[in-house]
Amino acid sequence: MDLQTKLRQEARKLLEEKLVDVVIGYEDEGAPLRTTPCFITDPQDVDRLVWNPFCDHNLARYLTARKDKAAVVAKGCDTRAIVVLINENQIERKNVNILGMPCGGIVDRKKIYNHLKNGDVREAVLKDKVITVKGLEFTADLMVDDFLADCCLSCRHRNPVLCDVQIGENLPPLDVKDEYKKIKQLEESTSEERWEYFRKTLSKCIRCYACREACPLCYCQQCFTDQNFPAWVGKTTDISDTIVFHIMRAFHTTGRCVDCGACERSCPNNVDIRMLTKKIAKDVKELFGDEAGLQLEEKAPLSFYNEDDPQDFIK
Amino acid sequence: MRTTPRILSSEKIMKTIKKDKINTVLDFLIKKYQVFGPVQKDDLVVDFGRIQNGAQACLEFSNTNEPAKKLFFPQAETLFSYTGSDAAQVSELKPEKPRIIFGMRPCDAKSLSLLDAVFDGPDYKDPYYIVKRKNTTIFTLACRRPRSNCFCDSLGIGPFSKKDTDVFMADLGDRYVFEPITPGGADILNKIPGLENARPTDAERLKNLRSEAESKVARKVDLDNLPEKLARIFDHPFWDGIHQKCLGCGICTYLCPTCHCFDIVDEQKDDKGRRIRIWDSCSYPTFTLEASGHNPRATGKERMRQRLMHKFRYFVENYGEIACVGCGRCINHCPVGSDLIREIENINNLK
Repeated sequence: MDLQTKLRQEARKLLEEKLVDVVIGYEDEGAPLRTTPCFITDPQDVDRLVWNPFCDHNLARYLTARKDKAAVVAKGCDTRAIVVLINENQIERKNVNILGMPCGGIVDRKKIYNHLKNGDVREAVLKDKVITVKGLEFTADLMVDDFLADCCLSCRHRNPVLCDVQIGENLPPLDVKDEYKKIKQLEESTSEERWEYFRKTLSKCIRCYACREACPLCYCQQCFTDQNFPAWVGKTTDISDTIVFHIMRAFHTTGRCVDCGACERSCPNNVDIRMLTKKIAKDVKELFGDEAGLQLEEKAPLSFYNEDDPQDFIK
Repeated sequence: MRTTPRILSSEKIMKTIKKDKINTVLDFLIKKYQVFGPVQKDDLVVDFGRIQNGAQACLEFSNTNEPAKKLFFPQAETLFSYTGSDAAQVSELKPEKPRIIFGMRPCDAKSLSLLDAVFDGPDYKDPYYIVKRKNTTIFTLACRRPRSNCFCDSLGIGPFSKKDTDVFMADLGDRYVFEPITPGGADILNKIPGLENARPTDAERLKNLRSEAESKVARKVDLDNLPEKLARIFDHPFWDGIHQKCLGCGICTYLCPTCHCFDIVDEQKDDKGRRIRIWDSCSYPTFTLEASGHNPRATGKERMRQRLMHKFRYFVENYGEIACVGCGRCINHCPVGSDLIREIENINNLK
């Protein structure tokens, strides 16, 4: 049985037996290369659920606002976000039923648009690992694996780290090479070069906050950017205001970011947002040996103190 | 409201130039005007930017990521500044060098006429907007590349619309043609060196290209009864479900050519300060948050309802037109795949 059918079966069971009030998953509304989040409450609607490499949203983002009991379709990175949310007391374990999906990576459609020289994709059909895309003046067969999101290419947790039901067998670990290639390049560049890179990518930001809203771990009741008394950061698109926003947001994810890439994929203007969070995740791993969201009751590295914590940075 | 004088059809002599000479047109205009046009920002993003020489313009594009509204209603605009206890200094609202926006799509051109109703209407005149608008000549470039989510047709615009512009341009493949629409546009066009009179067959060619472009606008939406329908469904349970997946980000409003809500903020450092107008979005909870802490639009439900009601009902009641130009940006860029056309269809189908 394919994973999608199995997923639908599990969802039906959960709703029919009233074990959950809602199943949060993905559906296909016909837009090429995309799925859209759906909220299913009627067992008769479970056939709307789909599972394919276009299931790119991190649905853990919808859990914090809920008071009911929800089942959620979650990839490896999404389950890590759920673990962080539980550890940070934002959701109760008993209120979330995790339909864990081993994930071979999701497609970054911006890479496909790029490959097609911004060609207008009007139709996309997925068969096995081949996506046949059609526009008005072109047809192309593309391999899913050639267009995976960057975060998927360095993914070390393809299988759910926590779930109630796992849909499908565990995938073997990915042979990750050069996980920090881009970060190392930045680290090795001069501060002028780095500044130029930050300035260039962040100047495209329009302060729409899609990155913040797509992030499952940006759940603050009031974001620092929305406070006006005192105002911590200016609201304009002046580069200094924009940089303050992105750096502060990235710092807030220290030791918490699960590198799901939702921030970057949500950006309408192609800002390289993940560069900041990935650098911080690298530092946390090197300094504290910690990766976020791998086990329950794990303390986040910045939330406690050990005598042997590295302190070389104190000068 | 701005009335657009149109020139007599006998004066509408179409001009043309070879494609590889278009940079000379831009270079000529740049000497006399501030020229803004589509500029490639990265592999996927084309946006309006100031052009210093013709080669910077990217005229092979479908549409700009951000709409043209920011050239008239910038995302952040200083209204006045002050120092110490001196009276506030309002920077003089005298137009700078006159501007040309070169290569705007007809949908964005239409959006300016909608914004005129708000910022240059009988009841309220916004000097900051008006000074830019009066100082600007628009060269629209007919759209030969409508994308999958374009639906300008349904708003009565169409990819080859000649409305709301000063000069209409079209790409014939090897040449561009120019058609003056307003006297101001004709004046500028007459001064550009190197333009030849269009060929007798060009009108026919334009007609064919127009049909071809129109056939690429695949999506349609029925808006006939929408304003009246919306007036009847404010409390419909429909709104309980529609907002669920919405993240509450500002993409659909910021990238909308017609959304124009703003906030006013003051910035002060030591004895210097300024008052700034910045874009705001009805998608944000803070948009309606009151000083008491009460928020009349407390959840995504009220906020999404407001967005649709404003564009398709309140704007119609206030100004007689729908505040949408069918550019599809909100659909293309929605991070969770919300689809305005589908939402409208769902509303149309409500009992």
